[in-house]
Amino acid sequence: MRTLEQTTQEVLDLAAKHFQLPAGSLAPADDFFKKLGIDSLQTLEMLSRIENHFGIELPDYEVQGISDFRTLAERIQSRL
Amino acid sequence: MKSFAGKTLRWGWRESVIELTLDHEPANEIGTAMLAELEQFVAACGALAPETSVCIISSARKSVFSAGADLRELYRGAAPLPEKERLAGVRNFLERIHAVLNALDAAPFVTIAAVHGVCFGGGLELALVCDIIIADKMARFAFPELRLGLIPGFGGIPRLKRDVGNAFVRDLLLTGRTINATRAHTVGLVAQLAGEGEALRIARSTATQIIKFDAVTCAAAKKFIKPVPHDELRREIDLFCELFARPAVMAALKKFVEDSGPMPYLPRS
Repeated sequence: MRTLEQTTQEVLDLAAKHFQLPAGSLAPADDFFKKLGIDSLQTLEMLSRIENHFGIELPDYEVQGISDFRTLAERIQSRL
Repeated sequence: MKSFAGKTLRWGWRESVIELTLDHEPANEIGTAMLAELEQFVAACGALAPETSVCIISSARKSVFSAGADLRELYRGAAPLPEKERLAGVRNFLERIHAVLNALDAAPFVTIAAVHGVCFGGGLELALVCDIIIADKMARFAFPELRLGLIPGFGGIPRLKRDVGNAFVRDLLLTGRTINATRAHTVGLVAQLAGEGEALRIARSTATQIIKFDAVTCAAAKKFIKPVPHDELRREIDLFCELFARPAVMAALKKFVEDSGPMPYLPRS
């Protein structure tokens, strides 16, 4: 089973790949809305990528109010 | 009319297949303009039906099939009106959209929704009238209406109940959450999954298979398998109008319309 650190890194890698950023350019504490400048449609796309990658469902209400990668990874971890 | 290019959608007929493409900025919201063109489409389908085996509905907008009803238009149209006129206007719109969707639901040819991206509310209700939903893996589905103090008003609940288990319908409706295409496929809402960007291609391939079969037999089988739940649909219109009369709904719509943030499709706290 993945550790939280592994999950966090995979989330960062997924986001970097999806938004075509250099690997390693995102950090766990980054605010993904501010850092990536994304709208709601892009956020939902990212959510689909995360769910498909980890094989989980992550209801939107579980990620309400979350804006950093680390906390997002914690929510994902709780579904693994 | 074998082809049409309007302000919100276009269609073309070729070799027994009609393709309807939604293309209305920003997210194929279903308001009065799209409703009027859908009414034209349904009329054209009636004339083309004898030589049509399949209709494919898809979207030309990036990342979205349809985000549902045009809530901004609904609010701006309704807000200045006295209550009686406001409710009459809403009921009139619902009667018209139901007529369109019922006609598509009962069409004497096979209908396929090729879905990518966001498929919420009225957009999901449009997909649900189709016989087959093919969704790419990035598609997401939701009935977010409860966030506004409403229920789906375009026939969503009776049609979703027709296709999937009631427990799933309750989860989707009562949480307002979005679900991905994989989950939608697991529960039986989506018939076939496609790779990213491949839903339309697979829909066309599916159509190629279907047109090999006798159209009269397909129509009879479809009518047998997929009855239109007319009584429930009528009750849904009544319940929607009853809920719409509550002040909380206009307040929620106002909040949605006045939110200038870039996140209109995400659940709000």
